[in-house]
Amino acid sequence: MSTSPASARDTTEGTVYTVTGGDWDEIAAAAKQADDERIIVNMGPQHPSTHGVLRLILEIDGETVTEARCGIGYLHTGIEKNLEFRNWTQGTTFVTRMDYLTSFYNETAYCLGVERLLGIEEQIPDRATVVRVLLMELNRLSSHLVAIATGGMELGATTIMIYGFRDREMILDLYELITGLRMNHAYVRPGGLAQDLPPGAVDAVREFVKKMRRNLPEYDKLATGNPIFKARMQDVGYLDLAGCLALGATGPILRAAGLPHDLRKAQPYCGYDTYDFEVPTADTCDAYGRFLIRLEEMRQSLRIVEQCLDRLAPGAVMVADKKIAWPAQLALGPDGLGNSLDHIKKIMGTSMEALIHHFKLVTEGFRVPPGQAYAAVESPKGELGVHVVSDGGTRPYRVHFRDPSFTNLQAMAAMCEGGQVADVIVAVASIDPVMGGVDR
Amino acid sequence: MSDPKNNGTSRSNGVNPDKDVNAQNLPGQRGDQGETIRVQRGMFGARNGGDTSGYGGLVRTVRLPGESARPYGGWFDEVADELEGALEEQGLAPENAIEKTVVDRGELTFHIAREHLPRVARTLRDDPALRFELCTGVSGVHFPGDKGRELHAVYHLRSITHNRLIRLEVGAPDSDPHVPSIVDVYPTNDWHERETYDFFGLVFDGHPALTRIMMPDDWQGFPQRKDYPLGGIPVEYKGAQIPAPDQRRSYS
Repeated sequence: MSTSPASARDTTEGTVYTVTGGDWDEIAAAAKQADDERIIVNMGPQHPSTHGVLRLILEIDGETVTEARCGIGYLHTGIEKNLEFRNWTQGTTFVTRMDYLTSFYNETAYCLGVERLLGIEEQIPDRATVVRVLLMELNRLSSHLVAIATGGMELGATTIMIYGFRDREMILDLYELITGLRMNHAYVRPGGLAQDLPPGAVDAVREFVKKMRRNLPEYDKLATGNPIFKARMQDVGYLDLAGCLALGATGPILRAAGLPHDLRKAQPYCGYDTYDFEVPTADTCDAYGRFLIRLEEMRQSLRIVEQCLDRLAPGAVMVADKKIAWPAQLALGPDGLGNSLDHIKKIMGTSMEALIHHFKLVTEGFRVPPGQAYAAVESPKGELGVHVVSDGGTRPYRVHFRDPSFTNLQAMAAMCEGGQVADVIVAVASIDPVMGGVDR
Repeated sequence: MSDPKNNGTSRSNGVNPDKDVNAQNLPGQRGDQGETIRVQRGMFGARNGGDTSGYGGLVRTVRLPGESARPYGGWFDEVADELEGALEEQGLAPENAIEKTVVDRGELTFHIAREHLPRVARTLRDDPALRFELCTGVSGVHFPGDKGRELHAVYHLRSITHNRLIRLEVGAPDSDPHVPSIVDVYPTNDWHERETYDFFGLVFDGHPALTRIMMPDDWQGFPQRKDYPLGGIPVEYKGAQIPAPDQRRSYS
């Protein structure tokens, strides 16, 4: 036995580390010596109010937080490394699982990066772009609904949680109708979309917009003017504009500090400059301002969704370039979604070239010219940037996601230190971190 | 595709497709400028004899886009002029700090000598004509074939004032993986630099607390370097053994 708390010794099977606890008597004696109530509390990584496996390390003096730190990495899944061992198209299946509440943003940002590397940005069919925008705005609604629902629940406002998840369920149903899956869609692909909208999708989305317009005022009635809600949210999680820019915070946090910075307006992608919508801001720099912004952004997203439906014209949803376009023709079969039997019949029975082409593109993938690109989209949480590097091969050489949750979570210490313990929950909820995106 | 009989570096007659800048149908042929990051031999992953693909003699040099000449086009020249002017004012010769400038796919990249990175970053943030207020973090890239600067740190800077985006790139050798930290210029890079250290082993000198952030504190090795294995086990699917992802055939 070693006497020091931590030691290492070499054995034939490698280095063995031994970590032992300290002497409780010594710790108790030291605590007795200290004359204040300073204690260090570990909140999480398993705690109902920490949005997943986030570990907060709080130094508390009475009810006041004197120091706050985050421990992250509990949900690290090595997605960026895994991408380097799959072809470019398979990449969307991975990135959609990063921030699982903003799947369509991850997929679209990744595909925009790949398309820039390929130099086919101009060739993406209009219909594919409009559907991407449609899904992204529906996704903004569902992400904000979760932010408001879970944020309310953490305050004890369970009704708002039920409302939020009730409305999100309608959006998940739309996802299921359009992509086949409620989450983790892999629907946006380099070059366009995996498949076209199914019959009835446009009507279903229109029906949803109608219902959602009816439901949105309920959040106002329930929360916006509610004195208890306001007392818990106002002046909590304060971060001003200088703090936001220094810490790289974007999205509702930055707009709550009064700066109308939104990539959809500043650096339009997917034709956002042709849509009519407003960027809401607040000047309160607090959790309440962020709540109001999320609420208003949902109204604006509904406007964009309606404009998308109006401009949806029939057409292709994948680039015409057969060297890039995914060859599969998906159809609903008896055992779920798969290749359409007609397509298989054609390539197996009548066209040897189509079979070879299909096989090459699916097993080998397409090549992407060497170089690097950075594509950024305005996700519900802020700037989602993707740095894609190619070495000319059929697989990504390196893909790095600048996830807004990861960057915004750094602001936790600045928002919480000096405040009350109970306000830490409100501040973290107003950042709206999703650990799948933070840890990737 | 290249002529398999030739070694790909010297051609005497005709247009070498590797060097034909105007070739549209070939991936990544951008002249002999730029950094060589890889030399590909053969195809289909057949590397140890028994190659029946007919591509065994193929040699292809893979290069990243090379240095661009003036004018860069659009606002790129303005930013480059302002940056050079601002550095000169501080008594720093721009050609010492900026190793090269690359314009590719509508994006502007400054390759910065690593010792001058903090000064350049501060200038880009503070100069009224530049004003890159927002740094979107650092991304590491490992090029084992880029001898002498195997590790790259890539920064994207956004100017909200002027609505611009530029990229800074810094190289460091595997044997001396040090890059100065820019946390005191952009505090947001605190976690980003920790992440890049964690995954690539790039040491950011001057960072307030450079520790692992994603991997456990006692982890050995740097997982996103190219020589670090992905791992995995073979799985059975419909009676066949499917090898682990890093053991499957690679077409690159």
